[in-house]
Amino acid sequence: MNTTATKSNLYYHDRVVTVLVAWSIVWSVLGMAVGLYVAAELVWPQLDFGYPWLSYGRLRPLHTNVVVFGFAVSALMATAFYSVQRTSHVPLFAPALAWFCCIAWQLAIVAGGLSLLAGINASKEYAELEWPFDIAITIVWVCFAIVFFGTIAKRKIQPIYVSNWFYGGLIIVIAMLHIVNSLAMPVTLTKSYSLFAGAPDAIVQWWYGHNAVGFLLTGGFLGMMYYFLPKQAGRPIWSYRLSIVAFWAFTYSYIWAGPHHLHFNAIPDWVQSLGMVMSLILLAPSWATMINGIMTVSGAHAKLKTDPALKFIVLSLAFYGLATFEGPMMAIKSVNIVSHFTDWTIGHVHSGALGWNAMITFGTFYFLVPKLAGRDLYSVKLANIHFWLALAGTMLYILAMWGAGVSQGLLWLSLDEIGELNFSFKDIMGSMAPYYGLRVVAGVLFLSGTLLLAFNLFKTLQGQKVVRVVPPPVAAMEAA
Amino acid sequence: MNGLGLHQRLERNAGLLIFGILFVSAIGGLVQVLPSIFQESLSQPAANTRPYGALELVGRDIYIREGCGTCHSQQVRPLLAEVKRYGPYSRAGESVYDRPFLWGSKRTGPDLHRIGGRYTDTWHRVHLLDPRSVVNNSIMPAYPWLAERAANADGDIQLRLKVLRRLGHPYTDADIESAPAKLEGLTEIDAVIAYLQQLGAGLGAEQ
Ligand code: HEC
Ligand code: HEM
Ligand code: HEM
Repeated sequence: MNTTATKSNLYYHDRVVTVLVAWSIVWSVLGMAVGLYVAAELVWPQLDFGYPWLSYGRLRPLHTNVVVFGFAVSALMATAFYSVQRTSHVPLFAPALAWFCCIAWQLAIVAGGLSLLAGINASKEYAELEWPFDIAITIVWVCFAIVFFGTIAKRKIQPIYVSNWFYGGLIIVIAMLHIVNSLAMPVTLTKSYSLFAGAPDAIVQWWYGHNAVGFLLTGGFLGMMYYFLPKQAGRPIWSYRLSIVAFWAFTYSYIWAGPHHLHFNAIPDWVQSLGMVMSLILLAPSWATMINGIMTVSGAHAKLKTDPALKFIVLSLAFYGLATFEGPMMAIKSVNIVSHFTDWTIGHVHSGALGWNAMITFGTFYFLVPKLAGRDLYSVKLANIHFWLALAGTMLYILAMWGAGVSQGLLWLSLDEIGELNFSFKDIMGSMAPYYGLRVVAGVLFLSGTLLLAFNLFKTLQGQKVVRVVPPPVAAMEAA
Repeated sequence: MNGLGLHQRLERNAGLLIFGILFVSAIGGLVQVLPSIFQESLSQPAANTRPYGALELVGRDIYIREGCGTCHSQQVRPLLAEVKRYGPYSRAGESVYDRPFLWGSKRTGPDLHRIGGRYTDTWHRVHLLDPRSVVNNSIMPAYPWLAERAANADGDIQLRLKVLRRLGHPYTDADIESAPAKLEGLTEIDAVIAYLQQLGAGLGAEQ
């Protein structure tokens, strides 16, 4: 056989991981920049300068799509490819297909992003891309599944490691959700009508939407946590038994929680109440996982003081705990009366998105990129500065949105003694300006941190050595 | 076999693991989502709810294109303060012709489900073209381009109605035949206003 074939059987395929990491960083900078722009438009609405494609309603979906599908999914693909090889002790199955996933996904994000700017928008949240993209996404996803499960199938160690259950859950459940929620009848290449209408459409959409959060922004990143946290802390995961229970409880209960996005909307009461109860139950597996992570680090205190990567990951677990505590609280119907439709939701979203998803990814990249490049991190000092910028940005963002959201919620509902409204919508809108201003500052802090990361990791990769990691000898195979 | 034993089989067999995840995660959807999709009462139109006319449909599709729904909900909850502020609370039967639904998740601007008839067409025109000329501190974007583009610029209105008919909306041949004529000479802003002005009318006598 030719040399490439021999090579691809000998070494872990890490080039494709490096490229995915690089794209993820590009998307994180772009996506956050768009987020910042959108935040600024809520303070200075003239910022669209009369251009349709700079208009808030088009940029906001661009923001969510670029951060979730560009930044987060590229990071998940990269880390899944990296860790599945190491936990299976074999190189990737079908490496060419892995490259296809990498490239096709990035093309889909570029084209999809442009289509959103053009106003081609299916309108369902986190599923805004029109039907041709839905098909493209499905194809890439199936290839992702083939590479991932193919690698597991040829693994050289018997047990499938915990991180792989979560990545597996990400791949399988997102496929199911995406296919059902995207069902639509095309009119033209750029327009389709949903197969579901009205209330059923709402229920299907939030079954999708909530679980996109559940299995992508939560489950997928838990896979990242389960592989990279023990690696960095240099200790095995604290409780294997807890990880099993938490995984299955999580997989079972998440799916039911979608209707908490539709409390007091025109859907049946039993669906709402069930959604609320399951959301409360969800607190248990979420916190079990957080505790498992935190206990794994305890004992690695010395490293925690000096290693910025580990600091990021530990902090991300704290925010994970915060978001998964706040979520069930907001799912209680009486609390949701106040929080629904307000900036409180936006605060909750970003305590998860910035505090949990972005931080754990940053921590993982600070650990991973030096390994991929075969040299030390360019600057530990810059990474430490990034840590504080990210923490300050996240805290300011959340606090500003709590202030905005809780006051919106209460003022909208406020009635005087004779049952008349106390405040007009416009007055309440006007009182949001300081909070929205603070969020712009928060965005600047957070984005500057991300730019430091991009610079730091770019410098680290520059002039990298070619690293070839050989799987451990077959003797590692465990008898069962 | 105890739980841990069962799990040891799952985590040693990729096929079993895939199946296990699929099975466990599908239960919720099958028990909770599937019955709602087929629940008759959610698909019965409310008293006065009818499919969108050609101009209204174009307006609705522009509302989607411009992402108005990222700032505006269309769902009045059955709460005293909310009914006072916006009008009668929303019923499932009012949305049966909504593909997709546009209930929204964020109120950066006010709810629009009962906006129909509240202002004149002229008010909407001025407001959409320059919100700050009406509400001086408004943070809503201006939409000057809506007045420049023809309502039938996409040229596929008949196709849209046909697709909706295949999905079960009761359009007649005459509706489809006459659709292009109904857009003649109008701009996108007229379509959006026509859409806004019929919002909330679907409740009819139940109101
Ligand atoms: C950035 C968020 C935002 C977007 C996007 C947006 N709006 Fe608004 N809208 C507002 C705000 C805030 C108000 C309240 C202040 C005002 O009346 O201008 C408002 C008010 C309105 C009102 C008056 C409601 C009332 O009860 O007085 C209508 C009608 C309206 N918007 C329609 C639209 C349409 C149609 C679109 C899309 C073409 C749209 N809006 C896009 C934020 C937005
Ligand atoms: C610099 C950092 C960021 C800024 C300034 C920012 C800003 C914003 C703004 C202004 C909105 C619209 C809020 C509204 O509707 O009122 C938004 C929505 C959103 N952002 Fe961000 N964002 C940032 C980073 C991120 C990241 C990293 C993620 C995900 C990983 C993310 C995920 C989301 C999501 C999912 C929404 C939609 C929320 C909803 O519909 O309820 N954001 N963001
Ligand atoms: C136990 C875990 C969680 C529960 C029960 C939960 C619950 C909730 C609730 C009740 C809402 C508000 C719905 C509404 O009123 O419209 C919400 C919104 C949201 N949550 Fe969570 N949450 C959890 C964890 C997370 C995490 C970890 C993230 C990670 C980023 C996250 C991301 C989001 C997003 C993006 C939205 C906004 C959806 C939208 O309206 O567009 N959640 N969640």
